[in-house]
Amino acid sequence: MEGLRNISSSPHFRSKTDTKAIMLDVILAMLPAMAISVYRFGLRSLLIIVVTVGFAVLSEYLWNLLMKKPQTVQDLSAVVTGIILALNMPPEIPLWIPALGAVFAIIVVKQLYGGIGQNFMNPALAARCFLLISFAGLMNDFSCAKIGFDAMTGATPLAMAKSGDMFRYGLLDLFLGNIPGTIGEVSALALLVGGAYLLFTKVINWRIPVVYIGVFAVFIYIFGYHDLYQVAYQVLSGGLIFGAFFMATDYATSPITVKGQFIYAAFLGILTGLFRLFGGAPEGVSYAIILGNLVVPLIEKYTIPKAFGKGGRKAK
Amino acid sequence: MSLATFKGGTHPYEGKELAEGSAIRKLDFEGNFFFPLSQGIGAPAKPVVAAGDHVKAGQIIAEAGGFVSANVLSSVSGTVKAIEPRMTANGLDSPCIVVESDGLYETAEGVGEKRDYTKLSGEEIIDIVKKAGIVGIGGAGFPTHVKLSPRFPEKVDYIIANGSECEPMLTSDYRLMLEEPEKLLGGMKVCLQIFPQAKGIIAIENNKPEAIKAVKEICAHEPNVEVVELKTKYPEGGERQLIYAVTGRTINSGVLPADAGCIVNNVATLAAIYDAVVNGIPLMEKVITISGDAVKEPCNVRVRLGASYDRILEAVGGIKEGITPAKYICGGPMMGQALFSLSIPVTKPSSALLAFLYDEVSENPTTACIRCGRCVEVCPEFLVPTLLAKAAENRDLEKFEKLEGMECVECGSCSYICPARRPLTQSFKVMRKKVAEQRRIRAAEAKQREAQAAEAKAQAENKKEEK
Repeated sequence: MEGLRNISSSPHFRSKTDTKAIMLDVILAMLPAMAISVYRFGLRSLLIIVVTVGFAVLSEYLWNLLMKKPQTVQDLSAVVTGIILALNMPPEIPLWIPALGAVFAIIVVKQLYGGIGQNFMNPALAARCFLLISFAGLMNDFSCAKIGFDAMTGATPLAMAKSGDMFRYGLLDLFLGNIPGTIGEVSALALLVGGAYLLFTKVINWRIPVVYIGVFAVFIYIFGYHDLYQVAYQVLSGGLIFGAFFMATDYATSPITVKGQFIYAAFLGILTGLFRLFGGAPEGVSYAIILGNLVVPLIEKYTIPKAFGKGGRKAK
Repeated sequence: MSLATFKGGTHPYEGKELAEGSAIRKLDFEGNFFFPLSQGIGAPAKPVVAAGDHVKAGQIIAEAGGFVSANVLSSVSGTVKAIEPRMTANGLDSPCIVVESDGLYETAEGVGEKRDYTKLSGEEIIDIVKKAGIVGIGGAGFPTHVKLSPRFPEKVDYIIANGSECEPMLTSDYRLMLEEPEKLLGGMKVCLQIFPQAKGIIAIENNKPEAIKAVKEICAHEPNVEVVELKTKYPEGGERQLIYAVTGRTINSGVLPADAGCIVNNVATLAAIYDAVVNGIPLMEKVITISGDAVKEPCNVRVRLGASYDRILEAVGGIKEGITPAKYICGGPMMGQALFSLSIPVTKPSSALLAFLYDEVSENPTTACIRCGRCVEVCPEFLVPTLLAKAAENRDLEKFEKLEGMECVECGSCSYICPARRPLTQSFKVMRKKVAEQRRIRAAEAKQREAQAAEAKAQAENKKEEK
């Protein structure tokens, strides 16, 4: 068709960053945590990651195929879900459990609600909660007996904190990851490196992680410990840092408005504090984020910014 | 020094390097010139010539068709061939006056008459600007004489020259500021003559250091004209964004810049005002940029209005050999119009012809929204584009209005940044037109009801009197 040109309404330029590029950045940001997990827990970690990612991608692929929908696995979002779910698994988990979780995350939480961007809960976290409720024993077994990890037998630092013993692991152990826990949450250092990468590449902004962790720290200082060492211990253990940077910031399930992000993050901080201080279980990040996800539509509804020139926020 | 700017916005690929080194040169053609009766915002002009008439360069061939409307002048001397519908940049047929140039460029009476603007009153200046057919030639095409006639002239505090040229690829304003800063300053002083209490501000994005230097040099001894450096960011040159950046004042769609004490003119418009008022030369020519990765020799050329783009492109060297451009754009990449044919004329608001090897739009198909919030971050009007897009998808005019969709300036930042390549701005344009139409219908209906009520009342009173 000589002489015919493309016509479209302006703008005619597009930024280089598409959905796939963003997901790739998230995957890159989780590489340090994945590397540490393999270093600490051995190839078993890698196996869990491969299984969850494999089942997540396969579920999405088959769903699209069977539902005659355009294929979306190439946007890498299923890979991200798979990795996040894997990093939330204890090292000795029988592999069929993460596999089941991955299928649940993709089919039930993501696709049944309309696919990417439409799910109202973080798929990986919802799957984790599903597994926690269904297989409480296996999901809370951090003994590492079978893979022979003597140094890390027994309870997680948070479980010990719950029973009053906060001094078996030092803050440095917590920071570097010389502790039992899920394969991805143990090393605060690795997670912070990844978080910094996400901030640097502007995949996420500082509001949710900083406000979440900040409010949590202040909350437990006031209502629980009155002691900075114990607050630091709480911040560095469990899934808080992983959750704050990688799960609470999930696009689909966090507010898009600036004010909303502050409110949501503060809400998560308070909930996590409540669960950890007064709840029955030692950890509360997953449930806090899932509950936070549910109020996002409400938060958004009341935090629509005022338009420019209509008495809204002053630009600077 | 801190740079003036606004909140939000994006940094698209600038691409200025392609044409910024090319000095403005003049192009002349023989043959037919086409003058659409509607060139910019406002009512179309009414033709005052007929087929067969002989016209001169600078002669008014169509008169303003209302208050917000501008004269159309012939840019050549020759014979009126026809007044007929022809395709214009928006892809629609629009009535045009076709003039066949005789190549003599005989000028109409009074053209070229020098004036001393300091001896003219405000009304006289505005009248000259009106007769010269000047509109905002930076892209919007709003009649300049209307802009210069605010309700409360004494409340105008700033005359702002918009030299931001924030659209990627365009370099015509840059060359103008570099080569003819005295005309820009002259136009500014003419405007300050109308508003003696106002202060002149020339605002330029800091990606044009040479232009800033040239303009600063010429303004060195002008106590009432200040040069302000703007942060390079799109859409820094948007009227509302620019006013905020240089004065800190905020306006919305319901407020005119003049109500906030500001009058914003593009630098090229100011140069045109200077030419019209001081040199007696009405708006017959303009500088446009020919650029893009498919163009053989990107450049800036001064062309007569009414010349058609295919001839201009041919005259400057055309497209690179062996290449078929995927897309032609009239104007900038962010707000310009895609052309499917080049046989359309240069009009007053035309700023560029761009030709691209790849069409980034068709090569980036739309996927699902991932709610990343980037559109919210970049929107210079603080809107939530993704929610507006939902309202647009549902054709929900009420929701669209409630979410302040009518405040959208159609800058394109949200569509540019969207990783899912959703047609955000594009859908808002459609919705804004629909809402505006609905408002017009509602207003007409209300008027009708009022008239009916008045009539009924009058009848009732008549009956009373009869009794």
